[in-house]
Amino acid sequence: MSHYIDSYDVAVIGAGHAGVEAALAAARLGAKTVMFTISLDNIANMPCNPSIGGTAKGHLVREIDALGGEMGKAADACFIQSRMLNRGKGPAVHSLRVQADRVKYHNHMKKICEMQENLDVKQAEVTEILAENGTVTGIVTHLGGEYKVKTAIIATGTYLKGLIHVGDVSYESGPDSTLPARGLSDSLKKLGIEIRRFKTGTPSRVHRRSIDFDKLEIQHGDSDIQPFSFETSREGLENIVPCYVAYTNVETHRVIHENIHRSPMYSGRIEGIGPRYCPSIEDKIVRFSERPRHQLFIEPMGLDTEEFYLQGMSSSLPEDVQIAFLRTIKGLERVEIMRNAYAIEYDCCNPQDLKHTLEFKNIRGLYGAGQFNGTSGYEEAAAQGLVAGINAARYCKGQEGITLSRSSSYIGTLIDDLVIKGCLDPYRMMTSRSEYRLLLRQDNADERLTPLGYEIGLISEKRYKLFHVKQLQIKQEISRVKSKTLSPTAELNELLLQKGTAEISTGVKMSDLIRRPQISYEDLAPFDGERPELPFEVQEQVGLQIEYEGYIERQLAEVEHVRKLENKRLPQPFDYKEIKGLSLESQEKLNRIQPENIGQASRISGVSPADVSVLIIWLSANK
Amino acid sequence: MSTDTAAAISTPRAQGGISVIRISGEDALSVADKVFQSVSCKIPPSEMEGYTCAYGKIVNGDEIMDDGVLTVFRAPKSYTGEDVVEISCHGGIFVTEQILRLIFDRGAKPAGAGEFTKRAFLNGKMSLTQAEAVMDIISADGGAGLKCAEALRDGALFRRIKTVSDGMLKLLGSLAAWVDYPDDDIPAVEEYEISAVLEAGIAELGELLESYESGRIVREGADTVIAGRPNVGKSTLMNLLAGCERSIVSDTAGTTRDIVEESVRLGDIVLRLSDTAGIHDTEDSVESIGVDRARKKLDSADLILAVFDVGSLITDEDRELSERCRNRNSIAVLNKSDLEQRFDFEEISDCFKNSVTVSAEKGDGIDALKAAVEKLYGISGFSADMGILANERQRSCALKAKQCFTDALEALKAGATFDAVTVLIDDGENSLLELTGEKASEAVVDEVFSRFCVGK
Repeated sequence: MSHYIDSYDVAVIGAGHAGVEAALAAARLGAKTVMFTISLDNIANMPCNPSIGGTAKGHLVREIDALGGEMGKAADACFIQSRMLNRGKGPAVHSLRVQADRVKYHNHMKKICEMQENLDVKQAEVTEILAENGTVTGIVTHLGGEYKVKTAIIATGTYLKGLIHVGDVSYESGPDSTLPARGLSDSLKKLGIEIRRFKTGTPSRVHRRSIDFDKLEIQHGDSDIQPFSFETSREGLENIVPCYVAYTNVETHRVIHENIHRSPMYSGRIEGIGPRYCPSIEDKIVRFSERPRHQLFIEPMGLDTEEFYLQGMSSSLPEDVQIAFLRTIKGLERVEIMRNAYAIEYDCCNPQDLKHTLEFKNIRGLYGAGQFNGTSGYEEAAAQGLVAGINAARYCKGQEGITLSRSSSYIGTLIDDLVIKGCLDPYRMMTSRSEYRLLLRQDNADERLTPLGYEIGLISEKRYKLFHVKQLQIKQEISRVKSKTLSPTAELNELLLQKGTAEISTGVKMSDLIRRPQISYEDLAPFDGERPELPFEVQEQVGLQIEYEGYIERQLAEVEHVRKLENKRLPQPFDYKEIKGLSLESQEKLNRIQPENIGQASRISGVSPADVSVLIIWLSANK
Repeated sequence: MSTDTAAAISTPRAQGGISVIRISGEDALSVADKVFQSVSCKIPPSEMEGYTCAYGKIVNGDEIMDDGVLTVFRAPKSYTGEDVVEISCHGGIFVTEQILRLIFDRGAKPAGAGEFTKRAFLNGKMSLTQAEAVMDIISADGGAGLKCAEALRDGALFRRIKTVSDGMLKLLGSLAAWVDYPDDDIPAVEEYEISAVLEAGIAELGELLESYESGRIVREGADTVIAGRPNVGKSTLMNLLAGCERSIVSDTAGTTRDIVEESVRLGDIVLRLSDTAGIHDTEDSVESIGVDRARKKLDSADLILAVFDVGSLITDEDRELSERCRNRNSIAVLNKSDLEQRFDFEEISDCFKNSVTVSAEKGDGIDALKAAVEKLYGISGFSADMGILANERQRSCALKAKQCFTDALEALKAGATFDAVTVLIDDGENSLLELTGEKASEAVVDEVFSRFCVGK
């Protein structure tokens, strides 16, 4: 029998990276919030990589911060090495990535949640969602505790019916040897939610003393460290540890090949679909058999532990095979495994059942976030948690939900991809998923999202004022640079030649010189007598915005082009079988997803451009 | 729209043997019942099977307006995919228009421009590029024009664009992988690889754009001016051309092109011929208007056939005409007479793209002229199968794509970062996808259907 315990506006189920962002956002927006976790000792745990950021993921973290989320600040507080990836490939793809101290990060986030006003953190497994008339009314825990709630956010990660595989051994488990969540899946199914099965995996953790670091390539962090959060000062940030690089070889591949039949992936015992973009080592060797070697990174798990993580070596092969193939790697010949690599299967939803607010289409007040929505990665999870948390709180206040456009952010792109295109395997963010890469740079996340964060109520007055000062400084300096002419002095021409670009013979606008790829805003400082003293972040923006102006304008034109299609609203709900010119597949897809406008319809896979043309003409004929 | 029944005259509004009225929509058959009494099969149109026809009377109550043949097409096996009735009337424009009005009175509404094709498109009977090709077939005059329009429908152009676009996509893919997996030891994309793909794409698009002019001439015909001093044989040449295949269209009065006299077909190309007043200085004010107009015409023509009499010495007028032909699509037509050749063509030959010798009297040299015109437009060896840009919309997409790839190449050579170069390639790729209809945009749809006329 269940018993009444308490009432809340928002219940967050799960306290991983999605859960904590959701709970913190909802509580900060004034909603009375409770966050449930199966184990308080696993709040914001990193059961896989002890790192935050990376290509496109780093962008997500910057965006989370710009909107008023927590992940960026926590990463800044707990990192032990920081690197900006893709330097030299252009500002659009610069991506920040840090190694975090895993335990410190957990403790830090747990404390932040515990200290948060309006937020209660509870250890319990939620086994049932209560709903009446298609609206959430409460949740029930495994102990029978019943909570009346207005909204529930499901952020169950890999816990939902979690099943771990190592070779031919399988056992029910959450990640990192926690208990799995057993009951909730059935409750969701009863509510009419489609449940799917995905799989992911993690590499083994090995002991420091069993690694020959002398035989490995060392990889240091950046000397000039940039933080994730726009609020973190650059002062005093430092790298504490290096990481290391090693390579697999022909022998490693031979061991894996000979034992491939013992992998549950290949014997068919795993039914879940694994991530294409984060494959296990056996997957990589089978799929890219022409590659003579694969790279792996050896990364410390934290400062208070001797455990090292082997990035790139996730596997579900049996324990003895894991030991055997690792020991073929130069530097790991006497490696000792502390935790085995494993694959984990878990239940998740079909995100096409969600709206752009991350609320389920068929149940008011029920939201999904993180791996439960079919993604992979802490950053993707946190981004969705933030959006779900914001929208759950707004729902409770009777406000309309917020949605982010593809052209505003990677977060918007992520959610639009999930809701409109859906995903057939765990979705990982990549820069190539955005058609507006040059607009969605990690350096300008604040410009894109902080005004919205302020409007929502997650950005403080103080921060917003500082943001405004920064934007004003950027604007003023750009207009000064554009009107300032530099004379062809011998010193300037010497610099131009030295940088490999043509000399000037007449006065030239400073901005025209900055547009030359060889010349930066900073290079011209000695020739620019009136240059004001500006913070690094402002100088960076001035340089980028001038240098890339033409490209940015092109992308803005494309945004406008798409906006026209987004403004063409489709009726809802509507039976697309009525339009005979549409292909059968497209009728079915449109009926399921019920896009709000032509722009969304055009992104649904299976809806061809011809179908979109049919919709455009049909709309204009039915005005 | 799909529930409305629309009607229009689907044949050109010109005097002819028959005119066809097309009615399409749910009520097409019941409307037909009200205006048509079958003589041949005694059943009303609504009881006729698809793909059958009947001879009968077109009636307004008791009044017989015309007799004609009615053909029934049943949905979805019709041009529009709806029930369609086509009535062939015999009574000329006035009567046909009367009948159409009657059909409107009986419940059909007037069809908008391109409405039947739009319906066909909405009902899944054709793709957007097919719809576009339908438009080109309707407006194609010459034989080769029709072939080109058909080839487009079958995808010759599509295949050529696809080759370029696939190359770019592959390049974008490797750039993306290299950027998205910095830790995965994916080989860096080298500058020379990017420029190779870009250069190949630019070259292919350049070829397509160059052949656009040929395609346009094949499709639309060439505005051709026959110019020369009085009495050099212009009229004889005109007659010679007109004689080899009598005019297809004769000009109707009241159009703006009051200089146009005749359209003739030379091989696969339609020449819209204008004879002009000679270009010479004159004191006479009336004549000077004519000369002025002739100059303008000369300056705007697609093709100039400058006729010279080889029996006389070169004159200042000949020289002025030659200068006006410089850098234009011009052919010197040297008219041979029985007299001794006194004309020094060498003096002016560099003004012309080509020259031919004809004997207007004897009627020979036409084949040489035909060959010269075809060579000028690159039409010799021009085959519809090779895929060409068929219209202004396609040309502007190809042009934009070429420009983007050229910009990308320049940016690359200037040392711009790859993310910026990628934006330019993306932009060009989008234009190509718009060209082939693989990217939907409102502009494309509007553009395609705006070119349709009523009745199609």
